[in-house]
Amino acid sequence: MTTPGLLLDARQVTVRYGKIAAVQDVSLRIREGEVVTIVGPNGAGKTTLLSALMGLLPLAGEVAYFGGAPMRAPSVEALVRAGMGLIPEKRELFTSMSVADNLALGGFDRWRRGTRDQADDLAEIYALFPRLAERRMQPASTLSGGERQMLAMGRALMARPRLLLLDEPSLGLAPLVMRDIFRTIESLRARGVSVLLVEQNARAALKIADYGYVMEAGCFVLEGPAAELAHNERVIEAYLGVATADRTPAPAVPL
Amino acid sequence: MNAFVAAYLTQDGLANGAIYCLLAIALVLVFAVTRIIFIPQGEFISYAALTYVALREGHTPGTVGLLLALVAGAGFIDLLREGFGGLVSVVRRSLAPVGLAGLAAVSARFGLPALVDLLITVALVACMGPLLYRIVYRRIAQASSLVLLIVAVAHHLVMLGLGLYFFGPEGVRAAPLIDASVSLFGVPVQAQTIVILLSCAVLVGGLYVISERSFYGKAMRAAAINPIGARLMGISAELAGETAFLVAAVIGAISGILISGATTIYYDSGFLLGLKGFVAGILGGLASFPLAGIGAFGVGLLESFASFYASGFKETIVFALIIPILLWRSMAKAR
Repeated sequence: MTTPGLLLDARQVTVRYGKIAAVQDVSLRIREGEVVTIVGPNGAGKTTLLSALMGLLPLAGEVAYFGGAPMRAPSVEALVRAGMGLIPEKRELFTSMSVADNLALGGFDRWRRGTRDQADDLAEIYALFPRLAERRMQPASTLSGGERQMLAMGRALMARPRLLLLDEPSLGLAPLVMRDIFRTIESLRARGVSVLLVEQNARAALKIADYGYVMEAGCFVLEGPAAELAHNERVIEAYLGVATADRTPAPAVPL
Repeated sequence: MNAFVAAYLTQDGLANGAIYCLLAIALVLVFAVTRIIFIPQGEFISYAALTYVALREGHTPGTVGLLLALVAGAGFIDLLREGFGGLVSVVRRSLAPVGLAGLAAVSARFGLPALVDLLITVALVACMGPLLYRIVYRRIAQASSLVLLIVAVAHHLVMLGLGLYFFGPEGVRAAPLIDASVSLFGVPVQAQTIVILLSCAVLVGGLYVISERSFYGKAMRAAAINPIGARLMGISAELAGETAFLVAAVIGAISGILISGATTIYYDSGFLLGLKGFVAGILGGLASFPLAGIGAFGVGLLESFASFYASGFKETIVFALIIPILLWRSMAKAR
């Protein structure tokens, strides 16, 4: 059952809010060193799926993390400890605390378990995001949208995750800032961090991803290597469009 | 009223205000971290005061048995949750409270010095905080605030009944920690008042430094500011809840010992004190520590002067304060 190099193996995952299934019978795999993306319109269930994979919502189905046996209802804390990280759509920063404190708390779990190399990690994060170093004493609430996303990424990286789930990292960001963020995501691969990226901006996501899934109304309707998806007619029609300026996704096409 | 009376009332109001301030801080902390309106906060006060006096008088207080029962209960629940693999950690977690209970029994038998009794009492009540969280609230941590409030009321009633069973209906008054009085501007000031004010300042200052400087303090603040963000950092809601209850119990225990030197404490005295701390906490919407602190001294002074002008309506006046505060807060929110 266990496969080396397989970080996440989810089979037939269903997530319900009461009687309504927001995610239905979804299966996905992520291998070490991969950037995998899930694209799809608003309300397709992408955020719900990420939250459930991180243990924030209960799910039905089998999910095996890091090549282990499938876990039943793992806690968020256990998954963090195992090497999972999630950067939620809302970032969930500690707004009234300083940038430095936010980053430091990213390393809380490792610190609590006795490792004391957080200073090195912090220096690395500041090297990766010099803007954060400039603003280290400012409260997180005073940051711009792009800086908040950098802080959320930096805070998540302080935990040294092996697999990082990113929910709409480009949401509400200016195009230039967005390009920086995507460049950073690409650089994560070199740091040994694999990524599951949920994006409405399908073009940018498919450009940096190895593999992609298209999600509509709670189900995966298409999957394949990202380069192939980017040239798939249906994907082009529904998500990439002809004009690049249009960043709002077109309504989903029935399959 | 002349200046002498006013100075005397002010002194009394400040001493009570300091106690309410500590309680308000505990209530705000517990609410911020767990969303529980912690009605049983007052029971920590009466338990601590009555335990301390019992130890001084050479009885083994009933709280020792209660602590052992809580350890057994929490251990049993943990074993159910974690299976027998968790046995080692359950035993390890039980060692300190059990040792403490033994120490309390020894002190009651052989009469250790007051300072040791004081420390034993604070430690004994402090141990109860996290245990109560694990037994009563951990399973329902995700429930709505209303459910948590109802459980807190039930929890309060159970602890109140146990208090009556353990200590009986008689009131106790501990010898003041320092029995003296000094004259300040011609007004005699009880040393106990100064002890209370100083202890309050040290505790508040200490809590501030811990929350600003220590990693655990920052983690607690993070859990209060953004629970989801905190969980994603591996700061579990359980850890935060237990820590908040620990701090609340320590604050309650110290308040209880402080106030037992100034006034007579019955098994049910803590409830009223806790409610006044709650009035103060409401001023800051159970969210702001500074506003809660200011409110607490306001409540203390108001109560003190009300007892001079209309002693029969003392409590009424203090609790009526909550109506304009709530009006003001909801109008400020509506704007």
